[in-house]
Amino acid sequence: MALEFEKPITDLETRIAELKTYGVTSAVDMTEEIALLEKRLERLRLETFSTLTRWQRVQLARAAGRPTALDYIANIFTDYQELHGDRAYGEDAAIVGGLARLEGRAVIVIGQQKGRDTKENIARNFGMAHPEGFRKAMRLMDMADKFGLPLITLVDTPGAYPGIAAEERGQAWLIAQSIQKMTRLRVPVICTVIGEGGSGGALAVAVGNRVLILENAVYSTISPESCAAIIWRDAKEAEKAAEAMKLTARDLEKFNIVDQVITEPKGGAHNDPEAAMQNLKTALLEHLAQLEGLDESALIRDRAARFRKLGVFEEISA
Amino acid sequence: MTLERFFRRRPPQQKEGTSDDLPDLWGKCPKCNAQVYNKELEQNLRVCPTCGYHHRMPVKKRLEGLVDAGTFEQTSGKIRATDPLEFVDTEPYTARLERSRKKTGREGAVVAGRATMGGLKVMLCVMDFEFNGGSMGSVEGEEITRSMELAASEHRALILVAASGGARMQEGALSLMQMAKTTFALEELASLRLPYITVLTDPTTGGVAASFAAIGDVVIAEPDALIGFAGQRVIQQTVRQNLPEGFQRSEFYEKKGFIDAVIDRREHREHLTQLIAMLTNQPRPEVTALVIQADPPKPPRGGLFGRRG
Repeated sequence: MALEFEKPITDLETRIAELKTYGVTSAVDMTEEIALLEKRLERLRLETFSTLTRWQRVQLARAAGRPTALDYIANIFTDYQELHGDRAYGEDAAIVGGLARLEGRAVIVIGQQKGRDTKENIARNFGMAHPEGFRKAMRLMDMADKFGLPLITLVDTPGAYPGIAAEERGQAWLIAQSIQKMTRLRVPVICTVIGEGGSGGALAVAVGNRVLILENAVYSTISPESCAAIIWRDAKEAEKAAEAMKLTARDLEKFNIVDQVITEPKGGAHNDPEAAMQNLKTALLEHLAQLEGLDESALIRDRAARFRKLGVFEEISA
Repeated sequence: MTLERFFRRRPPQQKEGTSDDLPDLWGKCPKCNAQVYNKELEQNLRVCPTCGYHHRMPVKKRLEGLVDAGTFEQTSGKIRATDPLEFVDTEPYTARLERSRKKTGREGAVVAGRATMGGLKVMLCVMDFEFNGGSMGSVEGEEITRSMELAASEHRALILVAASGGARMQEGALSLMQMAKTTFALEELASLRLPYITVLTDPTTGGVAASFAAIGDVVIAEPDALIGFAGQRVIQQTVRQNLPEGFQRSEFYEKKGFIDAVIDRREHREHLTQLIAMLTNQPRPEVTALVIQADPPKPPRGGLFGRRG
């Protein structure tokens, strides 16, 4: 389904397709018209996607049809063996993970998984994990650490689930513990925000030596809707909130919160998933190669140093 | 019509600065409605003498109540917040900051410093809810991180008293990153076997609950404090059902297994000191009791409603 601001583009695409069929079924030569429209389409795409507002990026980050963690896993990795359960309470389908190979190299991969349709979304709780999801992630982190396998995480969640049972089972504690576990891993850790990086629920699996982000992904303390609800007492002001929050990939790059912005194909990842996946794979391989030169303690120091610098303030001169 | 309602309907007659100083001397406990002599409340560490309700605690009073008299030496306050996002909502972030600074006389929501407790060397971080709801921005994260580093380098146990609504929205993902930054700094303390004890007070929620506050070696909480990850309004809107009685309170989390103990504020001084002494394998220290003066004057005849100018 096309997003609101994509509509002029998809309308034009439909018209071109119609003309093409018409050209085939009738004797009229449409080549010139089609070429003209295609040129216009190209221009329209360029205009639309070079002037995206922050709110439009939020919509792209959440777009139906945008590749999910499992799509990336299937495409970038081979030999994926999913491992289930937290060994304490249950299985949380909002977080997936297991063993896989990246260009032959065995790794542990963890992904936050949104549904690709309504049914799957319900099963996966829209990618919003409960404590058992974070516990499962921690179990996989332990496995990476124990066997010396690099850890690759794919972040895509509106946030940790704000429900009664989740709070009862210690949502805050599990997020904190997961963050802490990531600070201690003796293996290379590369985290990529592929869609929505929603607050603590995202950070719980995003404490890496490298934190990458896709061009149209977002990462923030709070969703624009919740921010708007707090400030303007109206979730409909989300567009305003998104602007104020500076939550886009390019914004985050400015504050060193992310190390690299991974280019998406024109029109966003959902318009050409293959290309988006290839770009991410290239980046992962590059960063992994850099990190594999570091020994265990150097990896921890590198990660600590990366986060130690984050924050903006000024010293008060005495 | 009851007598009380009759008086409630009267327009307020007392103005500040009049000779009638009753409003300053006496207050009412929001929990049990008992009349409380304010001075007695202060001497009781702002715990209601009748029902044990824990009123919010100003940072200065908190420190006085915890450490050996006169030993606190502040180390925080050398950095100040800027406005990296140029965040404007109903007002600019800079204006909010300015207001919090005026209100509290501080640069941020964390007060940190060295002290001794029962003679033991400690480092303390106390969050100030009065500063922008105790929210955690870059300054707060940096103050806590520096305190952890200082505690490690000076070989001090660290006590952190949390009071915060969570990460500060107006600094966006920079606030979020403080959750990880502070957690990294705990590693050095851990490797030196220095205790890190957190005290959760009302409220400890959001990104603060979901990072350094939750992972103390020992986690204690004040009675009836609101604790948790998500806010109650958000949860209610999500699940569309009423929240259970006592949900997300200290006692609730103690029962669920996430808090070591719910402890009355008046016992923190003794309790924390003994914890640190045992965790660091030192002889039992003597903790001097706080002097709590007794004999508050009797309530005015007829109570608050009985006296009219």
